[in-house]
Amino acid sequence: MRRRWLLPALVATALLGGAPASIGAQDQLFRINNMVEPESLDPGVVTGVPEHRILSNLFEGLTTTDPNDLSPRPGMAKAWTISKDGLVYTFTLRDAQWTDGTPVTARDFVFAWERVLNPKSGAKYAQQLFYLKNGEEYNRGRTTDFSQVGVKALDTKTLRVTLKNPTAYFLDLTSFYTLYPVPKWALDAHGKDWVKPGKIVSNGPFRLTGWVPQRELVLERNPQYWDAASVMLRKVVFLPTDDINTAYKQFLAGESDWVPTVPSAQLDAAKNKPEYYVSPYLGTYYLRFNVTKAPVNDLRVRRALSLSVDREALTKFVTKAGEVPHSAFVPAGLRGYQGPRGLGFDPGAATRLLAEAGYPKGRGFPKVELLYNTNELHRVITQAIQQMWKEHLGIQVELVNVEWKVYLAKQSALDYQIARAGWIGDYVDPNTFLEIWKTGGGNNQTGWSSTRYDELIDQAARLVTATDRLRTLHDAETILLDEMPVLPLYTYVNKGMLSRKVRGWHPNILDQHPLKHLSLER
Amino acid sequence: MVGYLVRRVAGFVPVLFLIISLSFFIMRLAPGGPFDLDRALPEQVRANLEARYRLNEPLWTQYLGYCADVLHGDLGPSFRYPDRTVNELLGLGFPVSLLLGACAMVVAVCLGGAAGLLAGLHRNAPLDYLAMSFALFGVSVPNFVLGPMLMLLFALALGWLPVAGWGTWRHLILPAFTLGTFYAAYVARLTRAGMLEVVGQDFIRTARAKGLRESTVVLRHALPSAILPVVSYLGPASAAVLTGSVVVETVFSIPGVGRYFVGSALNRDYTMVLGTVIAYSALLLLFNLLVDLLYAFLDPRVHLQ
Repeated sequence: MRRRWLLPALVATALLGGAPASIGAQDQLFRINNMVEPESLDPGVVTGVPEHRILSNLFEGLTTTDPNDLSPRPGMAKAWTISKDGLVYTFTLRDAQWTDGTPVTARDFVFAWERVLNPKSGAKYAQQLFYLKNGEEYNRGRTTDFSQVGVKALDTKTLRVTLKNPTAYFLDLTSFYTLYPVPKWALDAHGKDWVKPGKIVSNGPFRLTGWVPQRELVLERNPQYWDAASVMLRKVVFLPTDDINTAYKQFLAGESDWVPTVPSAQLDAAKNKPEYYVSPYLGTYYLRFNVTKAPVNDLRVRRALSLSVDREALTKFVTKAGEVPHSAFVPAGLRGYQGPRGLGFDPGAATRLLAEAGYPKGRGFPKVELLYNTNELHRVITQAIQQMWKEHLGIQVELVNVEWKVYLAKQSALDYQIARAGWIGDYVDPNTFLEIWKTGGGNNQTGWSSTRYDELIDQAARLVTATDRLRTLHDAETILLDEMPVLPLYTYVNKGMLSRKVRGWHPNILDQHPLKHLSLER
Repeated sequence: MVGYLVRRVAGFVPVLFLIISLSFFIMRLAPGGPFDLDRALPEQVRANLEARYRLNEPLWTQYLGYCADVLHGDLGPSFRYPDRTVNELLGLGFPVSLLLGACAMVVAVCLGGAAGLLAGLHRNAPLDYLAMSFALFGVSVPNFVLGPMLMLLFALALGWLPVAGWGTWRHLILPAFTLGTFYAAYVARLTRAGMLEVVGQDFIRTARAKGLRESTVVLRHALPSAILPVVSYLGPASAAVLTGSVVVETVFSIPGVGRYFVGSALNRDYTMVLGTVIAYSALLLLFNLLVDLLYAFLDPRVHLQ
């Protein structure tokens, strides 16, 4: 029976083979497993990565990102000038429209930024605008006069921004959602409902046409967008599948075209499929020490613990997705930055240090707990480290598993000894990895403090020349790795599945893929 | 009868009030709060947020404020989804969960009833063993295992049904079976026991002696009496199906209330936790009442006073 179809099928294939391979405009439908229901679509409210995947296509900031290396490209601003001292940015806006036909003006940016900094709005990412002159003061209520803050609409198409310090990565920040313009009239008309389909007014390459919570969110090509001619995708569907195994199966069944993660248990099978992709990610997986508690208040103990972790074995046999063993805190491969190396694997030196600290062969080592939050991967990683410390140092560490919020609360209260942790960069610059360790920083949570370190970080923020600034950050990271409030383990990777129909996709260290550059082909 | 109903419904008020109060304070004992995020918020930002959501007030003021809002039918804004109110999210989720629950009950009754009937009629024959093996399988395999197994078979291997999602009747089949199988197993055992008890009784022998066809004997005379225990099981089962859909909704990515039930507790989305607790409690109380009414209707020995 089957054979009879073979000949016509061959003929058809031969005929179709001559036709262009691109998929018709009607079929340019891209479905993304976004893994979770977005918390909000309000650029001034959101804080997460899944929200970024949606909002970065719905709105557009002063700058956008290059799909290849994420460097800033003109967005709503067609050009800008920077003053010699690096403090004053003057942006010239292009002629662009909101989806309701209103022109995008400099005032829309001033309105949005005031709203984020206004203490009454309680924006979680207000600190993204603390780089502005008097931004933090306004958020703290020290000044209530917004004209004191460093953002001003000189006319409808000119925006002048004055910074507190020359911030080398400021143009990276202007492509981030917290700094998007917001249409005041839509908020006035609909209140918090302004982000819903039919009410939302946006200015990006796509517009919102459907949103049913926990079911799907639909974007369609925005014909009003200034660069609409280069947008190929007609429709994009975001699926909020929570269960990572289900999301993976949806991809395999052809119900989605991109799933940005793969369940650990499926890695070996996934690696054999042509749709699997893996690339370095701007994130560091590490252990945090509470330097106010014995025995990890002793630097020798911290160094011994670090020297006895075999990072190569950890990434090869435990995490298995191609994570990069790394003993410095700033991930490798940041534009122009060469960091210090950190401590490698040397069990002999570790044993000697531990003996020096008063625990020869681990004898007399007090009870120590290693805290982690509920997650299969964290469980196996902490178990592997527990085993390495037992084998190389002869010490027994107890694993403590708690749920996410308890884990966060215990760390911020310094109610732990050692904890697993991860840090994902906000922007492509070493500063996002290093400034968090300043004394009393909200994300420090180790009790560690170094005046010299704080000075170097502050000094780097004031430097305009890139080489000077990066050298200063290098010196700061050297102090961090010498004093070891943290034990870096590896650099994260993006791992996911992408349909082979997708064109215009570039792997990059934030796994950000602006949809305006994508298209589908057979 | 009307007096009975009024008294029962009036009795709901203190029960719900107690549930709200207990949940409110127990929830606050859990470490961490809605604004503990993986990136710590600057102190000022955090203080601004807490002021906005009234979390900086003393606990008892917050409690009184919340109770007042609930009396006005307002369950408050969601902490996690600031664009939406709890009322809105529950309003979107409940119809979905109810539809899923209803389909699961249909699966339970049809599948379980048929299996139990066959088993009862062919006692100790291979068909009986087969049906009872199915029942044993149904109660022993948890739905977080059954769901993915069905997905692998019917969605990935055979390609007959979608893996997950919501929107068409085809999306409903796998989750309804996953959720209903456990209860189908119970229904099967209850029906079988009911049939065994009934077929031995005099009125069945009389029916057969009158020369009625076997199908008439079974379906018209034996079955109605045999499924009485099943009917009384349906009330608690319906409530259990509704509150038990949490796992199935997550596995199959279904936009029901169950998705919020666990998620909101883990996120410390205080208003959402209370909203789901209130909604589920009200539903359970209502089902208990319905079961009591149904008993009175089916069994003349029960009088509602």
